[in-house]
Amino acid sequence: MDWLQQIINGLGLGAIYALIALGYTMVYGVLRFINFAHSDVLMLGAFSSFYIAPKIEKVMGSQSLLGCILVFILAAAICACLGMLIERLAYRPLRNRPKLTVLITAIGVSLLIEFTCQNENVFGASPQPFPKLLPEKSIHFGNVILSSNDLLTVTVTIVLLAAMWLIVQKTRIGTAMRAVSYNQQAALLMGVPVNRIISFTFGLGSALAAVAGILYAIKAPGIEPLMGVQPGLRAFVAAVLGGIGNLPGAVLGGVLLGLLETIAGGIPGLSNYRDAIAFGILILILILKPAGLLGRSSVEKV
Amino acid sequence: MPFPGEKRWLLLGVALAILASYFAPQFNRYYLGVAIDVGIAIILATSLNLINGHTGQFSLGHAGFMAVGGFFSAWLSLKAGVTADAFWFFPLALVAGGLLSAVVGLLVGVPSLRLRGDYLAIVTLGFGEIIRVVAQNTEAIGAASGLKGIPKLTTLGWTFGFAAVTIYAITALVNSTYGRGFIAVHDDEIAAESNGVDTTRTKVTAFVTGAFFAGIAGGLYAHHKQFLSPTGFDWLKSIDIVVMVILGGMGRTVGVIAAAILLTLMPELLRDFSEYRMILYALLIILLMLLRPAGLFSFNLKRRKHS
Repeated sequence: MDWLQQIINGLGLGAIYALIALGYTMVYGVLRFINFAHSDVLMLGAFSSFYIAPKIEKVMGSQSLLGCILVFILAAAICACLGMLIERLAYRPLRNRPKLTVLITAIGVSLLIEFTCQNENVFGASPQPFPKLLPEKSIHFGNVILSSNDLLTVTVTIVLLAAMWLIVQKTRIGTAMRAVSYNQQAALLMGVPVNRIISFTFGLGSALAAVAGILYAIKAPGIEPLMGVQPGLRAFVAAVLGGIGNLPGAVLGGVLLGLLETIAGGIPGLSNYRDAIAFGILILILILKPAGLLGRSSVEKV
Repeated sequence: MPFPGEKRWLLLGVALAILASYFAPQFNRYYLGVAIDVGIAIILATSLNLINGHTGQFSLGHAGFMAVGGFFSAWLSLKAGVTADAFWFFPLALVAGGLLSAVVGLLVGVPSLRLRGDYLAIVTLGFGEIIRVVAQNTEAIGAASGLKGIPKLTTLGWTFGFAAVTIYAITALVNSTYGRGFIAVHDDEIAAESNGVDTTRTKVTAFVTGAFFAGIAGGLYAHHKQFLSPTGFDWLKSIDIVVMVILGGMGRTVGVIAAAILLTLMPELLRDFSEYRMILYALLIILLMLLRPAGLFSFNLKRRKHS
């Protein structure tokens, strides 16, 4: 087994997990709950690009870079709207209710999206071939193969992470997001439009999920309504691993999980347990360091 | 949530179970099968209600415990090569399955019950998945293809007998002095802790007891369907049980039993709309949380404050 190859594959997968984990972490940061429907927004992102891509292709010609960027932007925009809609309809009415109620609702929303999309009148349950957005090339370095898809994934992820960091740290709205995350009541008293900020956070997170969904679909080109579940759960584990609510932590967790999964998948005997590895890590982390690798533990005030 | 005279209910349940098994051969096989499904659902929902409802810990891995009990008791009866007339073997195999399930519940519960709310939900979901993956890779229980040819030992009598015992045991437990700890943990963990309730121990007790009865339900299920596959115990199965508890109103035993009956009968009645079942479930969850978070059957005049 070629370790370098495994590491490259792992990084490609890890970058996708990092993007999804970023969305989980941002929503958790401002609202303190796990948005179970995040993984379904990812799936919807993949499906929107599935329907958009042929239309773009007609206008821009097939497999053009500009067309590809346009597909990404449109799918991200659609999912951003969907994310905000979900927040508005399902989560906002429950803002001051017990956390458990919100969690159960999130599970309900997730199931609703999944099973509605599985209906034969919507997308149907069987996998559909995802179109090629860009010509696929692979570069050989001796035994190691570097595919253009992995390169695309890593590049897109790095660009988006940088953009995210700039938004959260340098802009006014980012400052407001951090304020809401720190203390919603106090932020409200200081004149931060909390509802709008939460809506924006959901939009941003969902747009990231959409991009991750397309990248995932390029990597594993058979898309179906349940495609978001596995990467979604793993990205959630990644977010917890890095310290939920912590942006760099989400990226670290995503990359680590991607690497671990790919490497474990290459070891015979362990490969059958791939699905269990992420959860095994999650349980270990929660027992040993419940705040995650980069998280700070907080004491509950009475 | 008072549930007076739980002993009477136990006696009534057992009497009905004996009566039912006496008349069972005259019933239509289809109705008999559905009735057994209902009984199993009651056990599952009541036992999850102890964890999610009474104790307020959100577990999403109940199907995993059902799988442990189901596979173990089925494996036992296949190993022993029992036939349909083995009367005393069956309850022992069920209890053995339940005990193994309780042990697994202990292993899962001790580390994860230090967590709260959504973390606990995810960890239990994770454990459920791990149990499924392990079952899929264990040759002794048929690995991915599952167990076939399990003897049909589940009867109406055993099912409702165990359902009555489950309801009795859990209500008696919750209504005992010790059991008040469950409610205390549900209402306010920090306050309970400062009043001398060992919260971790209470939560683990609820978890282990719930797992035990889920294991028994799994055994009944295995010897009813005569076929077990690891994929049948994924987290959607857990969701089915969670929906029963939510619909019935968390911590309301009678409501949860009613919801278990309703949700088991509904798919049978709505066979033509089976592809809409899960959509309906999902909508039901969302609407209940938005409009009636205390459950559909919460008409009690004595309203308990839900934290």
